[in-house]
Amino acid sequence: MNYQSQRVAKPYFIAALGLFVGQIVFGLIAGLQYLNGTFLFPALPFDVVHMSHTNLLIVWLLMAFMGAAYFIVPEEAQTELYSPKLALITFWVFLAAGAVTILSYLFVPYTQLAAMTGNAVLPTMGRGYLEQPLPIKVGIVLVALSLLFNVTMTLIKGRKTSINIILVGSLWGLALLFLPAFYFPQDTVKASFGWWWVVHGWVEGDWELILGALLGFILIKMTGVDREIIEKWIYIIIAMTLISGLVGIGHHYYYTGAPAYWIWLGSIFSALEPIPFMLLIAFSFKTLLQRRREHPNKAAMLWAMGTPIMAFLGAGLWGFMITLAPVQYYIHGTQFTAAHGHLAFFGAYAMIALAIISYAMPLLRGRTANSMVAQRWEMTGFWFMTLSMIGITLALTGAGIVTLFLQRAAEDPMGFMQVQDKARVFFWIREFFGVSFFTGLLIYLRSFFFAGEYEYANEMKQALSK
Amino acid sequence: MQQVFTKAMARNIFLGGAGFFLIIYLLLAYDSFQQIPIRDHAVNLTPSVLRGKYLFDTNDCIGCHTVNGEGAYYAPELGNVYKRRGPEFIKAWIHAQPSGAPGRRQMPNFHFNADQLNDITAYLQWLSNIDTNKWPPNIEG
Repeated sequence: MNYQSQRVAKPYFIAALGLFVGQIVFGLIAGLQYLNGTFLFPALPFDVVHMSHTNLLIVWLLMAFMGAAYFIVPEEAQTELYSPKLALITFWVFLAAGAVTILSYLFVPYTQLAAMTGNAVLPTMGRGYLEQPLPIKVGIVLVALSLLFNVTMTLIKGRKTSINIILVGSLWGLALLFLPAFYFPQDTVKASFGWWWVVHGWVEGDWELILGALLGFILIKMTGVDREIIEKWIYIIIAMTLISGLVGIGHHYYYTGAPAYWIWLGSIFSALEPIPFMLLIAFSFKTLLQRRREHPNKAAMLWAMGTPIMAFLGAGLWGFMITLAPVQYYIHGTQFTAAHGHLAFFGAYAMIALAIISYAMPLLRGRTANSMVAQRWEMTGFWFMTLSMIGITLALTGAGIVTLFLQRAAEDPMGFMQVQDKARVFFWIREFFGVSFFTGLLIYLRSFFFAGEYEYANEMKQALSK
Repeated sequence: MQQVFTKAMARNIFLGGAGFFLIIYLLLAYDSFQQIPIRDHAVNLTPSVLRGKYLFDTNDCIGCHTVNGEGAYYAPELGNVYKRRGPEFIKAWIHAQPSGAPGRRQMPNFHFNADQLNDITAYLQWLSNIDTNKWPPNIEG
């Protein structure tokens, strides 16, 4: 860590991990409700658990991205953050807003929450991921503006590297793409069309730019490979993201009431969407092979190398599986989508967040890297979580296949609930891997509670004595 | 090779590609917005349908159900439920929840009055007439 003001990233990272735990707890409850529909009913209906699970995901990822920005932007700009104080105030505002949101979901009936918060004046509630009451949405915009002001001012007064320009630029994109959350027309088809500006715009567009910037930064720092080469790769990767992904949004428009030409346009362009992820793998491993030094933080390197592979599997492969219109005709709105969502969100975004946390947290705690004991715990957590998420994905895909054959493409289609009963075994498998994911998360968190740092002499002696 | 293909060229491909396809997308989106009101019969968005839609959103129906495949996958598709079940069944069903059957997925009771049930049903009827390119494949959704 080269600049004192980078310290402000620490509370963001810690809060991100805390919210991550919350997300997984709600995930486990939701998974149980698939198996036992009366579990915690009526205290916690499924929709409340579901929105808590998805909203915590978004909040913890944003928390981690913001922490990453406050850590990376000063380092890249080679200057102190414009206002560390503002960054800290923003942190508390964002954390409080996140906590109030989840608590209001849990303790206030949704209709009442809408009535209390002026939803009748400007309706925004009742859409996936965007369930937050109006004042919270306004708060999110204010937090984003504060972040943008702070990092942009830092960028202006300092060195303007490509990594920094891409990172700050994509944070602007993130904020702008949230604004359609305030556009909720009465025409449901138009509303769905615009909802994807936020959702697709974030996860299949702008966030991939953030992912590129973060991975580029980590690899520059850890491998010592020439910045020019890395930044050139990142530009090509994010170019492919937007070239494929902008019109690729059409894969959300096939069967929702939009014109039929999206069936062709969406299929062609979204078939290209795996390309940036393939390039990301090629780039990461090429950079790894050309490394000029051995960084002692093995765990961070594991996260950094795991991210492109898992992102490719989740976003690239599982995304491709459901993206072509003739295939999607039979599996649109089934557990196939949930399978893809889980592996893509984890592989691309949770893992890049954990990668930057893994790289930055030891530095923020005054160490180059954690001791090998701590790193072993962290890497065990990595394997537990990653393999468990693959298990969850396969289980949900299995449930999707049951729906495909018994309901969607059946001669004599069964009803929804009947089919869900037939898929029960897969929901059990999903819950099993959910528990093992949670175990992995606890193992990962344990790694933060070891004192001491990585010591070359010690590690060398141990390695030689084996 | 690396000298021939510079970072500036990579950046220009990014900016040019993003800009070009953004413009293409915006033109297509504009055209879609002209066609959507015809495809979904927006003229039929009566006050009753809109009241029903407001109830639908503020009770977070898509927190469990899907509409044209979008939402959560815990409960049945509602885009075509009007055609699958008909108005009387729908009203009776919503009114009778929760079933309380042990282990079965539960739908809360939203305490709708008769007018509200009519509004929700009107909205579901409007949904069922959207041109969704023949989706879902069959009436089960």
